[in-house]
Amino acid sequence: MNADQARASLASTFGIDVAAAVPMVVSVSPDRWQELGRHAKEIVGCRFFNFLTAVDWKEQGLEVVARVDNLEDGVSLMLKTKLGPGVSNCASLTHVYRGANWMERECFDMFGIHFDNHPDLRRILLEDNWEGHPLLKSYAVDTPHPPYR
Amino acid sequence: MLDVNETTRVEMDWSGPERLQMNMGPQHPSAHGVFRAILGLQGETVVDVDAVIGYLHRCHEKLSETLTYAQYPSIASKTDYVAAMTSEFAYVMAAEEIGKFEVPRRAQYLRVIVAELQRIASHLLWLGTWCMDMGGALGGGATIFLYCIREREDILDLFEALVGARLLYGFFQVGGTRYDIPDGWIEKCRATIDRIDSRVGEYEQMLEDNAFFLARTQGVGVVSRELAQDVGIAGPLLRGSGVNFDLRKNVPYSSYADFEFTVPVETAGDCYARYKVRMVEFREASGIIRQALDKLPSGPISSRPALKSVAQIRIPKGEAYARVEGPRGEVGSYIISDGSAKPYRMKWRGASFSNLSILPHIIPGHKVADVVAIMGSVDPVFGEVDR
Repeated sequence: MNADQARASLASTFGIDVAAAVPMVVSVSPDRWQELGRHAKEIVGCRFFNFLTAVDWKEQGLEVVARVDNLEDGVSLMLKTKLGPGVSNCASLTHVYRGANWMERECFDMFGIHFDNHPDLRRILLEDNWEGHPLLKSYAVDTPHPPYR
Repeated sequence: MLDVNETTRVEMDWSGPERLQMNMGPQHPSAHGVFRAILGLQGETVVDVDAVIGYLHRCHEKLSETLTYAQYPSIASKTDYVAAMTSEFAYVMAAEEIGKFEVPRRAQYLRVIVAELQRIASHLLWLGTWCMDMGGALGGGATIFLYCIREREDILDLFEALVGARLLYGFFQVGGTRYDIPDGWIEKCRATIDRIDSRVGEYEQMLEDNAFFLARTQGVGVVSRELAQDVGIAGPLLRGSGVNFDLRKNVPYSSYADFEFTVPVETAGDCYARYKVRMVEFREASGIIRQALDKLPSGPISSRPALKSVAQIRIPKGEAYARVEGPRGEVGSYIISDGSAKPYRMKWRGASFSNLSILPHIIPGHKVADVVAIMGSVDPVFGEVDR
């Protein structure tokens, strides 16, 4: 599926405006997150899972961002969903893309986002007894951690 | 008293449900860094693997929010310290994309030259350490390692002459490069890549005529085309699994569109296929360097004015994801800018992180000794896995 077809198909399925850009940014509500992932993989043909991360927009809450690519046709999608203020739950993409497993674990580690139905949600980079989630804007860079600092 | 003749011997039957848990790492010579694999064994066969990473975690992503666009590029090189040039490359490209900075053509060529030299240096280190991992089967194992380190030294000498540093460079800056090539460097560079080119053939002979090498790599650690894309592995791993995708060819950045080169693709998906891809990449990289040296334009090396303060570079609000083809695959930097001198958020897409996450999918079913061969063929650098 080429870029224009992908744009039309995403716009009609999810009822949103998708601007023609590289990469195409597709924003949906959290309840359609998994459906978006499935659509990107099966209909648009973005079978390459690039990365998944999150952004802390302070009082506006967290946003989950994932990037997937269709390597054959050169279509790249930036999938986004705003979880809303105070929400830290999100549907998991692990059952769509196996690569989401470690990326979601990292996201949980760094932002404290709980991915529902993730098969193995635990910290990946920090140790299990670490307090807090470092990439949140509320987490100060010099947060004390005895006995190290 | 115990009668020696009556001591009962317990026969261990490993065909049954007994399982043994074995820690491989965190300190293990084949781990190429600090990596702990908790292997569930049934006899000699690995049945499950839990990968424990994070020992080198420095939280580069938080760190980058506290450093300006002028400061961070030299820190970026510390993510993947075996291929420091590529991470710097990705970071400055993302900043340039948001800020719409002009990069002079000479700088674009210099960037490609150092990135390709870095690819050769990184592949040399991979080949040497991987062959040493597989040890005795390869005539003592250390032979190839020492050969490769000898060649890598020559490239590090080139970098030292160029930047003054051998491992972590700070060669890139937003808008261009920090250094121009010194007198006599081009001739030295040509001589070095010619020498390495001729020696790559020697390595191939040493390895491909070695029955042990073939037995330990062919058919071991097979990654299917579908799995490769689903997990998001990149670079030589992806191309070893039959996916013809190379960012330098498919999405040419910097000055790569000016050069002729081929992208090697193998379909077997095993350790040997990944080896074959990298061996061709040695020669393609030196081909690109030769073309770039031939056509090197004159002119300025950076569009950035001299800085009076580190917070002088500001880029407008916006976001960009820039990616480069590093020796281990797609290295990407996703920057969200709020218009200040520091990124609001910066995400590293480390190629090694994605590549390493393939291990739990391919290791089960192999023998313990194969874990070493598979790990080495993935070529992880733990600075980049843990960031």
